[in-house]
Amino acid sequence: MANRASTGLLITLSAVTIKDKAAVVGIGRTPYWKRGQSYPETEMSMACAAILDALDDAGLSVADLDGFSIYANACDPATVAAALGVPEIRFAAALSAGGGGSAGALGLAAAAIAGGMATCCVTLMSLQQLNRRLGGTAVDGMLAYATMSTGGGYGRGGISPSVAFTANNGMLSPGHGFSLITARHMHLYGTGREAFAEVCISQRDNATKRPMSLQQEPLTLDDYFDSRMVSDPLCLLDYTMESDGAVAVITVSAERAKDLKQPPAYIMASAHGGTGRWGPGIFRYCQTPDEEFASSGHRPVAKRLYEMAGVGPEDVDVALLYDHFSPLVVLQLEDYGFCPIGEGGPFVEDGNIRFETGSIPVNTHGGNLSDAYIIGMTHIVEAVEQLRGTAINQVEGAEIALITGGPASLPVSGTLLRR
Amino acid sequence: MTDNPFGDVQPGVFPAILTETHADESTQPFWEAAKQDRLVAPRCTNCGTFRLPPEAVCFQCQRREAEWVELPGTGTIYSRIIVRHPLHPGLAPVVPYVTGVVELDGTQGAGARMLVNIVDCDPETVAIGDRVEIVFEHVNEEMSIPRFRPIEIDI
Repeated sequence: MANRASTGLLITLSAVTIKDKAAVVGIGRTPYWKRGQSYPETEMSMACAAILDALDDAGLSVADLDGFSIYANACDPATVAAALGVPEIRFAAALSAGGGGSAGALGLAAAAIAGGMATCCVTLMSLQQLNRRLGGTAVDGMLAYATMSTGGGYGRGGISPSVAFTANNGMLSPGHGFSLITARHMHLYGTGREAFAEVCISQRDNATKRPMSLQQEPLTLDDYFDSRMVSDPLCLLDYTMESDGAVAVITVSAERAKDLKQPPAYIMASAHGGTGRWGPGIFRYCQTPDEEFASSGHRPVAKRLYEMAGVGPEDVDVALLYDHFSPLVVLQLEDYGFCPIGEGGPFVEDGNIRFETGSIPVNTHGGNLSDAYIIGMTHIVEAVEQLRGTAINQVEGAEIALITGGPASLPVSGTLLRR
Repeated sequence: MTDNPFGDVQPGVFPAILTETHADESTQPFWEAAKQDRLVAPRCTNCGTFRLPPEAVCFQCQRREAEWVELPGTGTIYSRIIVRHPLHPGLAPVVPYVTGVVELDGTQGAGARMLVNIVDCDPETVAIGDRVEIVFEHVNEEMSIPRFRPIEIDI
């Protein structure tokens, strides 16, 4: 298989692919807490605990660790390495942007390992929302939004000329932005709130079977429709909860993975990015082409992901889809090809994402919505457990798992793991 | 409401949290026209593509040259949300308010949409596809905020 780049250079994909070159071999985590309740732990103490837990799970030690492949400013590798006593850092890099990079950070690890830059990479998130809240909700948050630089992302400082076009329009939070996408999808395809309710209810159902999940009360359709509207068409239950905790995973070469403690979860493929004009998307311009506006922004990533892996959506046994807002699960199901574009609503309402009975079980751990919101890391852990056969809500015979990060400001990302 | 950090707020109208335009060469003409209740946008002189918010380079052909074109100031709601929960106590008197994306008449659509607060409306009845027109709120000598309101249609 060959691809001609715009420079005219002939690139043979098989020669440069990261396909099957690395595997996730260790998973670790702290308990999960509701927002702010992890005190007196700190983000540093939780990060160290999760990393040590993951190394131990793999049968490795700090002496083996030499790479940090992270996203969303998960930690400062320098500080963590000093605290843990990492002998030598050989790779320390992060995907730009935010939660959209969670799944893609595994691709970064695979690239570092396949490229010979590192031998053992950690990907992690440590989150304590004691003095800060993701998305920002107070005046400070709004002003941080209003003063975003042209580079995108929160709190980068500096007021760019374009900010004056977006600061005074009442779009204050990610929830507002995703409501705007959702409203357009509902308009174009007739998607109903019942579909979003099914995402919330099915994932809650999965969480209530797991002792570590934060949401343990079953959810009914009445509960959903009684929930107060926050930014119409999204209600409170469509929003993820806010959580504290840390999760870390360890990636090594496929060859080395065979000799370790756990069955490897091989990285078949990983891709991140998105269409340029999506850009910071909902946070800024809303100039995405019409055919993409009412989407999760994942479509081009999904295409590259399946091409790299040499599989299609029909081969995926379990999907761990980033769910900061329930409608975006529906849109990702379309963009990853589990159903045609525009048919995500009926697809979900027909029970297709249910554990045990659905055609593609989604977020069997409860997801960000009902397990814990550690910015996508719990999805990676669940994928690995599914492939090891040790998940609490185990999909029988699961061989291939899809993990996604985002939608958000680009890049968004997807990774396919296999056992 | 004098102790409100957002000032003297009114229902449905999102208060100005940025009261300076921070304009540069690419955006100054927009704000100058806004002071005079005129909506203008840069159009690429090479390929004719509008770009809003104004940027230095055309996203279609990557050329810098642009001419400023006055637009009719009307458009169609492309998507919209009703914000019902105030993210700050000072915004409680403002909700519910409508924020939406408007596709501007006289442009190519995507690439010249504006994300705006839609005012002078019943939030419950504002719908995608509704026709709207621009109205500028003059905050101070420098900043005039573009908002849109429904066009009254005589039946």
